This record gives sequence, structure tokens and C-alpha cells, in this order.
Amino acid sequence: MNINTTKIISLLFFIFSAFYLYTAYQIQVFAFDENAPFNAKTFPIYLGYAGLFFSGLKLILPDPETIRIEHKNLEYKKTVILIIIAIIYGATILKVGYFLTTSFFLFGSYYFLGERRWLLMFLLSFPFVAAFMYLLHGVLDIYLRDPFLKFIGVMG
Amino acid sequence: MIEGILIGLSTALTLQNILMVMIGCFFGTIIGMLPGLGPMTAIALMIPITYGFDPATGLILMAGVYYGAVFGGSTSSILLNAPGVPGTVATSFDGYPMAQQGKAGKALAIAAWSSFAGGTFSAIYLLFLAPSLSKVSLSFRSPDYFALMILGLTAIAAFSSKGQFLKAMMMVVLGLMLASVGQDSLSDITRFTFDNMNLTDGISFVLVVMATFAMSEALTIILKRNDPTAAAKQVSLTELGSIKINKEDRKKMYKTIPRSSVIGFLIGVLPGAGATIASFLAYGMERNLVNDDEKQNFGKGSVNGLSAPETANNAACSGSFVPMLTLGIPGSGTTAVMLGALLGFGVQPGPRLYMTNPEIFWSIIMSMYIGMVILLILNLPLIPYIARILAVPKNYLIPLILFFSITGIYVMSFNNFDIYLMIGIAVVATFLRLYDFPMPPLILAFVLGGLMEENLRRSLLLSNGSWEFLWDRTLTLCILLTTVFIVIWHIYKTFKKNS
Repeated sequence: MNINTTKIISLLFFIFSAFYLYTAYQIQVFAFDENAPFNAKTFPIYLGYAGLFFSGLKLILPDPETIRIEHKNLEYKKTVILIIIAIIYGATILKVGYFLTTSFFLFGSYYFLGERRWLLMFLLSFPFVAAFMYLLHGVLDIYLRDPFLKFIGVMG
Repeated sequence: MIEGILIGLSTALTLQNILMVMIGCFFGTIIGMLPGLGPMTAIALMIPITYGFDPATGLILMAGVYYGAVFGGSTSSILLNAPGVPGTVATSFDGYPMAQQGKAGKALAIAAWSSFAGGTFSAIYLLFLAPSLSKVSLSFRSPDYFALMILGLTAIAAFSSKGQFLKAMMMVVLGLMLASVGQDSLSDITRFTFDNMNLTDGISFVLVVMATFAMSEALTIILKRNDPTAAAKQVSLTELGSIKINKEDRKKMYKTIPRSSVIGFLIGVLPGAGATIASFLAYGMERNLVNDDEKQNFGKGSVNGLSAPETANNAACSGSFVPMLTLGIPGSGTTAVMLGALLGFGVQPGPRLYMTNPEIFWSIIMSMYIGMVILLILNLPLIPYIARILAVPKNYLIPLILFFSITGIYVMSFNNFDIYLMIGIAVVATFLRLYDFPMPPLILAFVLGGLMEENLRRSLLLSNGSWEFLWDRTLTLCILLTTVFIVIWHIYKTFKKNS
């Protein structure tokens, strides 16, 4: 049986809209605002119904232009690896600091995407991040938190 | 107006701002040239950097990026038959065949001159039209604004959805839902935060833009890197041929450019339409207007066929600034990103912008023209070198895009939660993109969400809860009827296509 993914997405959106609508009804407004023509939950309630309406239509109406994706041509493995690296990057950036984590993130990403020109990989990670940090922190005066560089005395 | 123009010129012509236009055009060209990366990604990547500048300078930089990206998109259309942006798809119809005939340099030069001319004409139209429209829009009231936003969202859904109107409308609703997270602007009641303190202030606009464009664009490129349908035949990047345009070709361009710039500008002004529709319409119009001999040449390397969409897409870019600057309502996804950045600067665009912040209003208009000149000076002699950027390996490009996206969020909040949220939204957006759910309607809706709720609130409170405000004023009714017309026309078109 062929499962139309667009319909599945529409069904998920329908469920999401129903949940959104339920949550919208749960919003606690001030007592004096409860019967006002417009309060904090009015607009979200309309949005919830709109979501149900459009996704419902998409579910019911025939879909003549079914999109078929050749999953075997898609690079799921590398994409997932890169997402995991990005999550690790996000988790460590505050504790370790911008310079080290960003440089390792770039170096690791180049590696996992299949790059093996080590010198270029190095140049486009550590010195590149240092130059970018100088641009942000030194020239544009945008604060960058970096406990590691602070610890070794490079940053004030 | 003369005073305003002088203020704009004095702001735009400062050394810093000229430098910003140059940098913007240069980086915009590079980013726009890379297939898959368009002006929205280019501007999104620039937002964190612009926060270090004053609003006028920041916007000038972004305007430069916008024009550069549109021009860059034509380069990849001509050389690779892989349009960097949808607005340059029509460029490839005649640009790529011309490049295959060994005239890539000439094709790029025609594109550059046509873009310049289109941009110049539309900057002049904008100069005269924007202040007049600002005065007219002062008479707009909350119901009119609300109706106008509905029109903008419906139009962008209709025009950007490639026949998938319902999918686009779902994205509109999703964008509005995301915008409703956080404190209610009037009562300060928190909504959809699920007791998470990080969501109290709502989801950052930059986060949503980065996630849905820059980051999901990068993930899509990796995901599809082995897709044989995505691979394009490549014209030699080292032998582009002469960039000289002969007298006969110039003659053809003299006729094409003025009419294509008018149609491009007018389409650009319409909410939701934009460079893509403008370029296709100009291409179609040009094909009908040329003589039979030239008509035969269309699709095989016609000068008119290349010049028309290039003129129109650049003219449409300037046109799309009109609703943003005068009404505070962006007409396209790209100007929605710029509107979000403006709000980030604490500047509220709208009819009063040119009175309250004339230096911003006029300097953007003036810098557009300066941007055009710089784009031409920069790009014509550099075409052979810039074209080589197309050979940048994706192994380096993708991590760098991810790096810029994450850094953009990190410097704004120093918060892990925002990074996780961005990755989450990017993953969902990548999946949705695979199934042709368009992202521009989501961004436009996200930007307009707060304003829309505010105007609906005012309208409903003034009419004591009655929906009569929708047909009380002729203007509101006209705008709503236009919306209904767009929906009916779209349904009819889809129905006709299917049957």
C-alpha cells in the first residue's frame, strides 16, 4: 500500500492544531477580561480552528500531485550525524566556550562530510574562528562569552 | 521630498554606508550564486552582524545583500542551469542556452546590465511613489490593516505554493501559531510556554528565520547531495567568453528594459507576488511583443528572453520595499525578514516612518541606487572570478552555513535552549520542504502575527465584538474582496489544471 506522506503530515498538523486549540482554551485570562470581545485567548482560538480547517481540507481533498521521494537517494546518515554534532555543539558552547567548541564543530563537520584535506580543514576551523571572533568581539563590539579563553588569559 | 532625498543621500554616501553596500552586494552575490541559497538565507545570515550597527546602516547592508543575492542567483542560472533563487528561474530559459553556445560572458553581462537598468528604473519609481503612498496609507485604520495582512498572507500563499495553496495556508497558520508563543502584548498573560521560562518572551524572529532558511537549507543540501535530479550540467567556469554586448543586442535591450521594469515594479508592489512572478510575466510578455523571428529564438539564447526576466526581477525587488516602508506590511518573504530586523532595531515601519525616521526611509531608497551602481562596477569585471565560487565544495559550505546560523543565535541570547529549539525547527522545516511545504508564507505570518492580533483586537474592541468592521468601510471591503478574488482565482486555476 502506498502511503501518501503529505496526507500523514496533514494529519499530524490536524492533531497539532487540535492540541493547540485545546491549550488555547486553557489559557487563564483575567476575570474582568473573560467576557471581553477580545482577550489573550481569542486569536489563538481562531488560529486553532484555522489549522483544523486547512489541514482537514488537505486530508479530505484528493491530492493529484503526489510527491514521491526516492529515499535511497537521500543522505540520511550524514544529515543525522551533522544534527547530532550541532546538538553537541549547542550543549558545550556555554561551558567550554565559543572558540574551542566552534572550531571543533567545524573540523568535525568537514570530517564527517567526507573531507580529508587536513591543512585546509584546520585553516577553515581554528584560525577562521579566531578571525571571526576578532571581527565580532574586537571590531563590532559584540560580546562573546568564552570561559576557556578567559581561563588562559586571552580574553578579558 | 528634496530635503528627504538630501538627507538620504548624506546618510547613504557616508564612507561606512558605502562600504556596507559594497560588502552587502559582494556577499549577497556569493551567497545568492550558490544553488539553493537565496536572498532570505543571505539576509538571515547577516542579521546578527547588523545588530552592531545603527538601523540605517544595518538596513543598507541588508538591501545590498538582497540585490547581490538576486544578481548572484542569475549567475548560477546562466552557468549551471541551477537557479540560486526562484526569481531567476526564467533567466535560465535563455541564459543557459546562451552559455552553452560559448557566450556565457555575454549572457552574464546582459544579466548585469539588465539588472542594473531594472533596479535603476524601479528606484526612480520608488522615489516618487513611496511618499505619496505613505500619505494615502495614513488614512488606514485597524480594520484596513487587518484586512491587508489577510490579503498579504493569502497572496503569498497563493503565489509561492506552486499550486499547493492548502499547504501554503497550513504554513501561514503554523507561522501565526509560532508567533503566538510567549506573553500577550496587552495583558502580559503567558501563552503556550508550558512553564518554560525560555519561552516567556516568545520565539525570536532571527531563530525562526535561521532555522527555516539557513539551517534547513543546509540540511536539505546534504540530504539531497546524491539526488541525480539535483545534479546540473556545468558550463566551463574558466572559459566564459567575451563580456561585450554588440550594438544589435543593445538595441534589443533598449526596448525590453523599460517595459519589463514597469511590470516588474508593479508586480513587486503587490503583496505576496514578487521577483518570481514578475520575471515569468515579463518573459511571457516579451515573447508576445517581439517579432516572429525573435520569437523563434526564445528558449535558445534570446537576448530579449534573458534581458526581460533579469530586468523584472530586480525591479520587483525595489517594488517589494513599497508596502514594507509605507504600510509596515512586507510584500514578500525577503522583505518580511527585513521587517523583522527593523523591528529588532526598534524601528516601526509604516506610513509615519518617513516623517519620524527620514534618514532611514530615504537612505534605504538612495542606497538602493548606489547598490545598483556598485553591483555593476563590482560584478562586471569580476564575473570570471566570482563564477569560480560555484566550485566551492559543499563539504566546506554546509558546516559554514550551520556555523553562521548557530553563532547568530548564540550571540543574541547565550542560551542553549535557543540552539536546541533552532535545530528542532530546522529539522521539521527540512522535512516539510522535502514535501513542498513552502517556507516564505511561514516567515511572513510569523512576522505579521503580532501586528495582526493587535489590529484584530482594536477592530473587535471598537466594534464591540461584532465582525461588521470587515464591511463597514469601503476600503476594508475592497481589500477583502481582493483576497476572496485571489482565493477563487487560485481554486479555479488548480481545478482547471487538474481537469
